[in-house]
Amino acid sequence: MNDPTHVTDGMLAPSAPAERETPGPAPARSRLAAFLDSDLLHSFLRSKLVVVAALLTALIFVAAFLSPVIAPHDPYDLRSLSLLDANTPPAWAQGGDAKYLLGTDDQGRDILSTILYGTRSSLEIGFCSVLLAIALGLSLGLWAGYAGGRVDTVIMRIADVQLTFPAILTALLIDGVALAILKHQTAEGSKFWILVLAIGLSFWVQYARTVRGVTLVERNKEYVEAARLIGIGPVKIMFQHILPNVLGPVLVIATINLALAIITEATLSFLGVGLPPTEPSLGTMIQIGNRYLFSGSWWMVAFPGITLGLLALAVNLLGDWLRDALNPKLR
Amino acid sequence: MLAFAIRRLFEAALVMVTVALIAFTLFRFVGDPVNQMVGQDTSIEDRLKLREELGLNDPIVVQFGRFLANASRLDFGISYQMKQPVTSIIAERFPATLELALAAALFAIALGIPMGVYTGIHRDSWLSKVFLTVSLIGVSLPTFLIGILLIYVFSVWLGLLPSFGRGEVVDLGLWRTGLLTLSGLKALILPAVTLGLFQMTLVTRLVRSEMLEVLRTDYIKFARARGLPERSINFGHALRNTLVPVITVIGLQLGAIIAFAIITETVFQWPGMGLMFIQAVQNADIPVMAAYLLLVAFLFVFINFVVDLVYVRIDPRIRIFGRAG
Amino acid sequence: MAATEPLLSVRNLKVVFPTRRATLTAVDGVSFDIAAGEVLGVVGESGAGKSLTGAAIIGLLEPPGRIAGGEVHLGGRRIDNLPPEEMRKMRGKRIGMVFQDPLTSLNPLYRIGEQIIETIRTHLRVSEAEARERAVALLQEVGIQGARARIDSYPHAFSGGMRQRVVLALALCAEPDLLIADEPTTALDVSIQAQIIALLKRLCRERGTAVMLITHDMGVIAETADRVAVMYAGRIVEIGPVRDVIKHPHHPYTRGLMGAIPTTGGQASRLVQIPGAMPRLGSIPSGCAFHPRCSHAFDRCRTERPEIMPAGDSKAACWLVGQNAEAVA
Repeated sequence: MNDPTHVTDGMLAPSAPAERETPGPAPARSRLAAFLDSDLLHSFLRSKLVVVAALLTALIFVAAFLSPVIAPHDPYDLRSLSLLDANTPPAWAQGGDAKYLLGTDDQGRDILSTILYGTRSSLEIGFCSVLLAIALGLSLGLWAGYAGGRVDTVIMRIADVQLTFPAILTALLIDGVALAILKHQTAEGSKFWILVLAIGLSFWVQYARTVRGVTLVERNKEYVEAARLIGIGPVKIMFQHILPNVLGPVLVIATINLALAIITEATLSFLGVGLPPTEPSLGTMIQIGNRYLFSGSWWMVAFPGITLGLLALAVNLLGDWLRDALNPKLR
Repeated sequence: MLAFAIRRLFEAALVMVTVALIAFTLFRFVGDPVNQMVGQDTSIEDRLKLREELGLNDPIVVQFGRFLANASRLDFGISYQMKQPVTSIIAERFPATLELALAAALFAIALGIPMGVYTGIHRDSWLSKVFLTVSLIGVSLPTFLIGILLIYVFSVWLGLLPSFGRGEVVDLGLWRTGLLTLSGLKALILPAVTLGLFQMTLVTRLVRSEMLEVLRTDYIKFARARGLPERSINFGHALRNTLVPVITVIGLQLGAIIAFAIITETVFQWPGMGLMFIQAVQNADIPVMAAYLLLVAFLFVFINFVVDLVYVRIDPRIRIFGRAG
Repeated sequence: MAATEPLLSVRNLKVVFPTRRATLTAVDGVSFDIAAGEVLGVVGESGAGKSLTGAAIIGLLEPPGRIAGGEVHLGGRRIDNLPPEEMRKMRGKRIGMVFQDPLTSLNPLYRIGEQIIETIRTHLRVSEAEARERAVALLQEVGIQGARARIDSYPHAFSGGMRQRVVLALALCAEPDLLIADEPTTALDVSIQAQIIALLKRLCRERGTAVMLITHDMGVIAETADRVAVMYAGRIVEIGPVRDVIKHPHHPYTRGLMGAIPTTGGQASRLVQIPGAMPRLGSIPSGCAFHPRCSHAFDRCRTERPEIMPAGDSKAACWLVGQNAEAVA
């Protein structure tokens, strides 16, 4: 009988290694094809609920940003308001007016238009605050992870202290302090930036922690060592080399964060320390409407409430799905 | 164990001092204490004299020290808005918030754990889907919206429960309780559910995910291989391992409940510390804000500390080796 | 060889995993017997389907995996289609199973005494005190010193080897007829492996328990098993008495495995390596699964899957064997 095997050095060949992704960017065309075939897209399309949520979110976003174009009235133009039109029920109810599809509030503002403009404000604040949180969290996280030592300890200590408190409390506090400081000089416009600051500053910690973690891992890798040896400065290393590795997790956090930011803004407005009644967001509208709940003017609360509720649900569903889909443990 | 406790105590003290520093900065530098206290027509000399009397010209460190000393004696100055000592305002309102917080926590646990266990064991049943939908709504919608919704259904439409206030209260010495009257209890229901709903959904999801993970472990597989009945596996082995991390999370949630009480108390006009805080923010009443901040920080730190100790006690792995696994 | 009916009889067992793209067959028509008190080794590379076969027999396949064909008989009674509650009663009492990692096999929050007593009382009608006595005796038997005191300890108070002894005690405490041991020593230190294997052998011999010993370590098989089945890509390629298969392997894959065992004594020959790797579940070759790596492959190997055919004192699934048999005949 012939010897059936080759005689080479080494033990029995191990079974095939698990297919590893080739690192680095793949050619664009095959990446698109890979995406279309991917588990991610499949799990997305399979869940009808998530698709509906995504469509709803997209609809609300688009409507909000197009509000100057599609809103029947301009709710911020004080001259166009007439108190005689105040407290009008929706168009299909008794006493309603076709001019005001969803009715008016106690100042005579068209509810539909106010919802559109208000949602837009909320979304703008949400996006800006998330960007602020990312900017702050990213830089501090990179710095803490890369520099290590004292810097790391100090930054993480601050993070820990802030983390003992729920974000809403931090946001309230910053908002309150800002309002107190600017008490006499508050122009309406600055309320926007106060909110962005308050919300952004309450959410940076999660980004910082995650980024720091990734930075700590990447810092010890050879390509960073090599860059350091050929004399590239630390800032450049952090932003050019480490940053790309960090963007993935940051994006996931950001999506979930956006929902939270929108809700936080709504809450602050409802509590009376957010956007003012003259340029209300959904939260402010609900606060105003709440006062009229018992007297029968239900539409002033209902429509902004439904809009906010749907928006919150939809974005949360999306965030949930994204988190589950990207979690390797649940596959 | 002792070394662990001491280290945690030290960290807690650090947090408290940091918060105290922030509170002090607020107290001293935001707005002008003197201007808040006196009327329009007080003369400049009188104002300067007041500054001297209040010790506002002393070095910062001394002022901070004085602030800390006062704080430890629970003296937080006078409220700008209400012209009363802050401490007495807080003492008056604390029972209301505490009763609300405990009721909410009870609601969250009593419903959250069974729901979580059920959805963990029966992953795909329709009842699980119902539970998960409810919990999704509870976690997505803002607290104030849920409160308003509940008010609309149970107060406006059905007229069953009150929509504001605490109902009839009974004074037990220092503690004003609403638990001893029917109207007090009725008034507690909607706010407690509103406040506790978010926590309940968190508990449900946490218990569920822990259950799912535990049910996948090797020791559960081995328990099945030994022929142990499903009931023993689910409610004995799996549940015990699930509850250990869950208990600590629940403990930590107490702090969040106290913070979120701000919103619930506003919706229901519940006369607690949260409502007090919001009014203080609206009126730039710094002493009240600073005092609330310190008190809440203390509560959080205290709760975290106790929870850490409890966790170390109930997980035998940590007890012996100092860390799990 | 024995004229009596085998304790365990597996016929054409097929285990599949439905996935989004296709249904993968992980165990494809596996058949073997185990006689009472016999030790059958099941050997093969990772992914060959050995563990899944064991899991299927004891009814612990994790969904979406399921049995898609074949039959399993224990003591003459068919068990693969039993309702779940019936199957549960068999586990522990008639079939026991131990897994690879003793660290994760024991519930860290239960004392080991509690876990043993619970298992005993699930299957046998004894009092708590009696169960406790049995537990102590069992722990002593598996070599735990100071059993009476240590019975109330938690699992992490024991070393790896000690824990695997406890695991063995747990698996055998209800006196099953068959023990499925899935890589029982792989996670242990080399120095402890021999002890545990010896313990396993002794315990089962004393109780007359049959063993299905699943491992990728041929050395353990040589030491412990009476017969051995070699698995490849979800199929059995060779099965027979241990001495036979080791000394006169018929299947080219088995020969490759034997050549890969380092031996002390004798001439220092170079270790062999079979080129290529075992195919993944989604791409099992047609005909004989081994043909792409086999230097003797011919046309029939590529198209027709070989059945198990007698080869000396054992059996092998290889057309070479069939060829020789025809040539001889």
